[in-house]
Amino acid sequence: MNKTLRIGMMTIIGAFMLAIMPLPDWAVEFRPEWVTLVLIYWAMAVPARIGVTVAWFTGLLLDVSYGTLMGQHAIGMVLVIYVIHIQHQRLRVASLMQQAIVIFFLLLIKQLLSLWVDGMLGHAPDSWLYFMPTITSTLLWPWTYLILRDLRRKFSVEKHFQ
Amino acid sequence: MQTLFIRGPSATVRMAVLVIASITLMTVDHRWHSLEIVRSALSSVIYPLQYSIDLPIRLFYWADEALSSQQTLLEKNREFQARHLENRVQLQKLDIIEKENDRLRKLLSAIPKTTERLLISEIINVDVDPYRQLILLNKGSSNDVHPGQPIIDALGIMGQVIHVGPLSSTAMLITDASHAIPVQVNRTGLRAIASGSGKIDQLNLRHLPQSVDIKVGDLLITSGLGGTFPPNFPVAIISKVERPAGESFALIEAKPHAQLDKSREVLLVWRNKAEQAEPVTKADDIADGQNADADSDKEQSVTKEKRSDQRRGNRE
Repeated sequence: MNKTLRIGMMTIIGAFMLAIMPLPDWAVEFRPEWVTLVLIYWAMAVPARIGVTVAWFTGLLLDVSYGTLMGQHAIGMVLVIYVIHIQHQRLRVASLMQQAIVIFFLLLIKQLLSLWVDGMLGHAPDSWLYFMPTITSTLLWPWTYLILRDLRRKFSVEKHFQ
Repeated sequence: MQTLFIRGPSATVRMAVLVIASITLMTVDHRWHSLEIVRSALSSVIYPLQYSIDLPIRLFYWADEALSSQQTLLEKNREFQARHLENRVQLQKLDIIEKENDRLRKLLSAIPKTTERLLISEIINVDVDPYRQLILLNKGSSNDVHPGQPIIDALGIMGQVIHVGPLSSTAMLITDASHAIPVQVNRTGLRAIASGSGKIDQLNLRHLPQSVDIKVGDLLITSGLGGTFPPNFPVAIISKVERPAGESFALIEAKPHAQLDKSREVLLVWRNKAEQAEPVTKADDIADGQNADADSDKEQSVTKEKRSDQRRGNRE
């Protein structure tokens, strides 16, 4: 289990780096929410280890890096991971398509929450592209899931049987 | 079944606690700005990640320099030398003008002119919130950087530092939607506030009457009011003036003078102590009051206005 935790942390760090990696100007608004996607996978796979607390701290770190209000990413992250956490047994047996639909709505709520905070601060973006990360993240979910599952199997399960 | 494996409080309790904690943090951060210590500590945790993201880009620039041919280097060198000579000739004139200015200021017993200390800082190439105009700098509190510190590039004002970590700091550009900078039209001396639009190439001048004397191409400089920015630095150039019928205010847009999206290096500005000589109301006391601390921005601007009135009076 510790090995799983370690590989989980490594992938979360990897996702974090993808989240702050500079992109060309036209692509910035399309950047998928890598950190949330990876956290969703681990909350589904090892709910006992990676849950809302890890999500909250990761969200806070993202807030510091993005220069947003402390807690703006964290609160959405906690809510998304909470729903995944309590529904993880159902989600595990669902098809990738069904998972993607659930994730789409969760990410949409997260984005709306963030928009609400931005609005209260007086700098709400006036572009529909604000919801683009939700769509790109949903589209990328199947690949994220498969890659992370393969990683987990390769690094933890196989070693267990040796 | 779940309870067999999950220890500690249930996920629901934890979620509720963390949501309340997030809301509290957001409120405290927004209202009182008292989370700088936490932010600074967390920023040193993520600095290695940010640095490693920036490293390949830095290496690329380094390789570009290291692998450039001798010919191009020689050419560049020659070009720089020519420019250096040009600048020095102009500096000579400036030096004389500065001395003359100092003398005249002494005659008027006005505040001595201020000097600034500069430090070059590089921009760390990581992305921040795409809907804010923020940049990350590679200098932090270990270099004496403090929140509210102005940053400039070779062409003009870029913005100000908002969060400081031990090794890095976050700065807000003047075009951020929540930023505003007190400016002055160079041609007429008209004072205004240039607020950010959220677009990298646009500033708005709001609440100026229709009859205002301003036209496309006018240079906006910092007025120094408010005390954050040093006076007389170029900020923007007026790009659009419209006077829509039926509106009480003119619609004025300006284009930032600094290269906000192209600069790789910025200059951090420290202002010397003489600048903070406030509050003094009598011209005679100015020489004595230089070490007094500024009480508030408002008072500072008020006394400055008084002072300029006095100067005008003296001239008459």
